[in-house]
Amino acid sequence: MQQLLNTALGGLTLGMVYAAFALALVLIWRSTRIVNFAQAPMAMVTTFVALVVVDAGHSYWLAFAAALVSGLLLGAVVERLVVRPVEGGPEINAVILTLGLFIVLHALAAVVFGNRYRSFPAPFGVRGLEVGGTTIALTGFGVFTVLAVLVTMGLLLALFRYTDVGLRMRASAFNPEVARLLGVRVGRMLTLGWALASLVGSLAGLLIAGGSLVHPAYMDSVVVYGFVAAVLGGLDSPIGAVVGGLLLGVALSFVSGYVGSQLVALAALVILMLVLTLRPGGLFAQAAARRV
Amino acid sequence: MLTVTDLSAGYGPVRALDGVSFTADRGRVTAVLGANGAGKTTLLRTISGLHRADRGSVELDGSRLDRVAAERMPALGLAHVPEGRGVITELTVEENLRLGGLGRAGRVDPADLERVYTLFPVLADRRAALAHVLSGGERQMLVIARALMARPTMLLLDEPSLGLAPRIVAQIFELLRGLVESESLSVLLVEQNARSALSIAHRGVVLNLGRVVADDDADVLAADDQLRHAYLGF
Repeated sequence: MQQLLNTALGGLTLGMVYAAFALALVLIWRSTRIVNFAQAPMAMVTTFVALVVVDAGHSYWLAFAAALVSGLLLGAVVERLVVRPVEGGPEINAVILTLGLFIVLHALAAVVFGNRYRSFPAPFGVRGLEVGGTTIALTGFGVFTVLAVLVTMGLLLALFRYTDVGLRMRASAFNPEVARLLGVRVGRMLTLGWALASLVGSLAGLLIAGGSLVHPAYMDSVVVYGFVAAVLGGLDSPIGAVVGGLLLGVALSFVSGYVGSQLVALAALVILMLVLTLRPGGLFAQAAARRV
Repeated sequence: MLTVTDLSAGYGPVRALDGVSFTADRGRVTAVLGANGAGKTTLLRTISGLHRADRGSVELDGSRLDRVAAERMPALGLAHVPEGRGVITELTVEENLRLGGLGRAGRVDPADLERVYTLFPVLADRRAALAHVLSGGERQMLVIARALMARPTMLLLDEPSLGLAPRIVAQIFELLRGLVESESLSVLLVEQNARSALSIAHRGVVLNLGRVVADDDADVLAADDQLRHAYLGF
């Protein structure tokens, strides 16, 4: 019973991070039809920015903020300098560019920050909390992880749902030409969308790094799980990305705890194949196809 | 008043508009007629800045519109309702309308919302519904209402009758006629359905292969048998 609970809690925490990462992928996919393979190294770079701030003797929270802000900026810069020039062409061109960016950022990070493992601090304990005399698998940092992702998603949802900027962003994503005719500066909205997605990716990077080791490749497996989570939920649906991330986190945690940790990557692929076979549009697919 | 002078535009080597000139008067409905491929949609897209003109000029009430980006048009009083309706189906009815209001001054005037809900009560009943669930006629009303949210002086309408039942078309045209009279709105109406377009238009411009072949009062065009048989198909 206790193992069951602990496995579920561990999966929940991990699932929250996958959810955040999947959300970052979905935000970009639904506005530009691009799978941003560079999301992982972008988040990695911003985590190293945080590490630089920490190494300079500043607090964790300043480093945290620096990483999120640099994520925001990096997303905007990537959209302007890398994606914008190939806009209007086949979408595969932009996808290949993000793959190229993946390699470039990796190499740059290895040159600038060093190709070695470094420990990354956590603001809260990374030991299991004690509940009624027994230690459970939920850590203080785990609680922070869950809350941070939930708050971020709540803020994003409020931005999209209740603000004029959010309305403009959704209009740009759904129908850029009509949005232009209604006076929306679609280019700016796309830049903003990339910036926000990159910020969410940075958050996922920080949460994975906390109390653990970072390395230029430490986010690479997350891009796989984040992508599986996004497909699981339906690439078009932000809510789906969150649910997909949680489902995947819990499922993989059970595979790891009850079957064998070496099978986790395989299990993720099996889940992906099952979803693509049984419900190709994802669990939260809209009934109607968008591009007619 | 919209003045189009010697406007030419194309797609690569294909000339879609070839030296088109005409004026659309204030508080009037001007119909742009012609067969498929005559250049009607390209004309609207070029006026509203979605398509780049190769030559010529467009003026609205004295200010030049050519070389102005499409997203600045609502602030200049020009609204373009594209072919195929252009409802953003993933947004609610009210969000579509709010989006129209944002284009003019960057914020939505609640009075504008009330006004279009009074004009189109069917939209008021479904303000919280996703636009996806609206019927074809309701969608056409929504895009017209959304355009009105920006308080345009000039409304470009591309094939509003497309795919709608004749009864609905008559209803929408009746609404348009009312708006033109009560708000001195100017309308540039592109239609393949020349007969119903001429029934509400004051003036008509007939395009053929990108050139103006006739430009006259609507009743004169409707009475011209030769023109009707050659270009208007009724």
